[in-house]
Amino acid sequence: MTTASLPAGSRPARRFFRRRPPRSLLIGGGMILFWIALAVVGPLVWTADPTALNLGDSLLSPSFAHPFGTDNLGRDVLLRIVNGASVDLQIGLFTVLPALTIGSLVGALAGYYGSFADMAVMRLVDIVVAFPFFVLVIAIIAVLGPGLLNMYIAVGLVGWVSYARVVRAEMMVAKQMDYARAARVLGFSDARILLRHLMPNVIVQALIYSTSDFILGILLGSSLGFLGLGAQPPTPEWGVMIAEGYSFLARAPWISALPGLVIVALAAAFSLFGDGLADYLRPEIDR
Amino acid sequence: MGAFLLRRTALLVPVVIGITLAVFLLIRLIPGDPARVLLGIHATPDALAALHKSMGLDRSLAAQYFIFLKALIRGQLGYSYFFSEGVSDLVLARIAPTLFLIGYATALTVLIAFPSAILAALRPNSIWDQAVRFASIFGIGLPGYWLGVVLVYTFAIAIPILPVAGYGETIGEHFTFLLLPSLTIAVSLVPLVLRALRASVMETLRAGYVDTARAKGLAWHRVMGRHVVRNALMPAVTVLALNIGYLIGGTVIIENVFAIPGLGGLMILSIGTRDYPTIQAVTLVFAILVVLVNLATDLIYVVLDPRLRAVIR
Repeated sequence: MTTASLPAGSRPARRFFRRRPPRSLLIGGGMILFWIALAVVGPLVWTADPTALNLGDSLLSPSFAHPFGTDNLGRDVLLRIVNGASVDLQIGLFTVLPALTIGSLVGALAGYYGSFADMAVMRLVDIVVAFPFFVLVIAIIAVLGPGLLNMYIAVGLVGWVSYARVVRAEMMVAKQMDYARAARVLGFSDARILLRHLMPNVIVQALIYSTSDFILGILLGSSLGFLGLGAQPPTPEWGVMIAEGYSFLARAPWISALPGLVIVALAAAFSLFGDGLADYLRPEIDR
Repeated sequence: MGAFLLRRTALLVPVVIGITLAVFLLIRLIPGDPARVLLGIHATPDALAALHKSMGLDRSLAAQYFIFLKALIRGQLGYSYFFSEGVSDLVLARIAPTLFLIGYATALTVLIAFPSAILAALRPNSIWDQAVRFASIFGIGLPGYWLGVVLVYTFAIAIPILPVAGYGETIGEHFTFLLLPSLTIAVSLVPLVLRALRASVMETLRAGYVDTARAKGLAWHRVMGRHVVRNALMPAVTVLALNIGYLIGGTVIIENVFAIPGLGGLMILSIGTRDYPTIQAVTLVFAILVVLVNLATDLIYVVLDPRLRAVIR
């Protein structure tokens, strides 16, 4: 197609977006970039130690020197929030990645091979989804012991089922498609058909789901931090900070209030981004 | 209806077996001797030997599972050495606040979500509709436990008008003590229900039978009640049912925020004290609760939509 045939006003090719992205995608994306930048750059610029005690300054209300106030141990709340950004973003990533990887692989294998493998996987899925998600995660952490690493393991062990279901359903359709049959006729190995031909097509749905799962992972991780089962003090994780401030709620409400507001803001960013992404990828669905 | 109930219950058997199997294996994931794990620091050689024998630890895993099942059927969930009490009694004593909380939160969710969704659907793109959509985007990312902390500050510290810890003694007190906890859970559920309900009310409003009902001169509230809302209910019930695990999981953390003596509070306490028999039992009870609620949901479907009776049978 030549430039001349394009309708007036539209710029020639080589644009980053094929279509005009929805505003929510751009705003949400911008907000997410801000938080990532804060997590990376913040601790480099503001090099104070977020865990250092300063008992002389305990429970100071917000002021010019401490915009978000200080906590019971005299630690600057803003400093801890800035340092917590990387912890909570990491929680989002490591609660989603193992579940996404295990779930997609298991789901793809079950959908591709069918019969016994499929039946075994689906019965296992039935058992896992019979439990309330949060309760099963807590029960596994109870067995493994509290802490971030065990939390990631527990969430992975429970969270893979949603991805397995999505990918399995996609795989059952995809393996019947002409391109998959063609690959089989050409005598390619199962591994090659699965990984090179089918996987790139069936993974899209799981990836879309994972963007909304990311914020759920952060909420889950911070809840577990609040309960003392996830990140451990003195880590400046936002849920841990809310729990630490809870005992001082009457005297110093800012310790619990502000980390929560930050979680809400981050969640809103992902919510907007996810909505915009869904709109952008499925423009035919009118709202 | 009886036959449907029977068939639906029979379908639960494999799920319940799976649940008990998972809970049974949970304790055996802990490295070391399961009897020592269950006894914790109270493990005297005598107690250890006795538990070894009663759990059948010298026999195969399958035999151990059957011993576990047999005890379960007799209602024996083990013995908590931390509380010096049978776990069944422990759980029974704490199940009421949790059930009350779940029921109360569901009721509040319905009371908030339904009128809002209907108003939003009746006037698309009005300020109210925009507010509802805004709430459903931002409400999803609201951490429930943090909202609980904010409500405690607002209604117990800043304006001290509500109790915020415990369960109360009388029915009336249960309602006031659990108001804020239930509201906290409802606020995180409302956005989910709202979205589904708004869409389904809008769709129902366009249906031919609604025009018919209006044309034959039915009062507005009858059209809405009998024709629109009843038909729009199904998707909302589905969304509520899909999130029942989320709701029940939510009670665990909310009970800890508001110091409610329920199963969730018991579970977190037991993790701190490594009271594994109790953790095992509470996990099991929560899973069975989800199974029962799902069963109840299926019954509600049938009540709401008589056509399903034929299909399900």
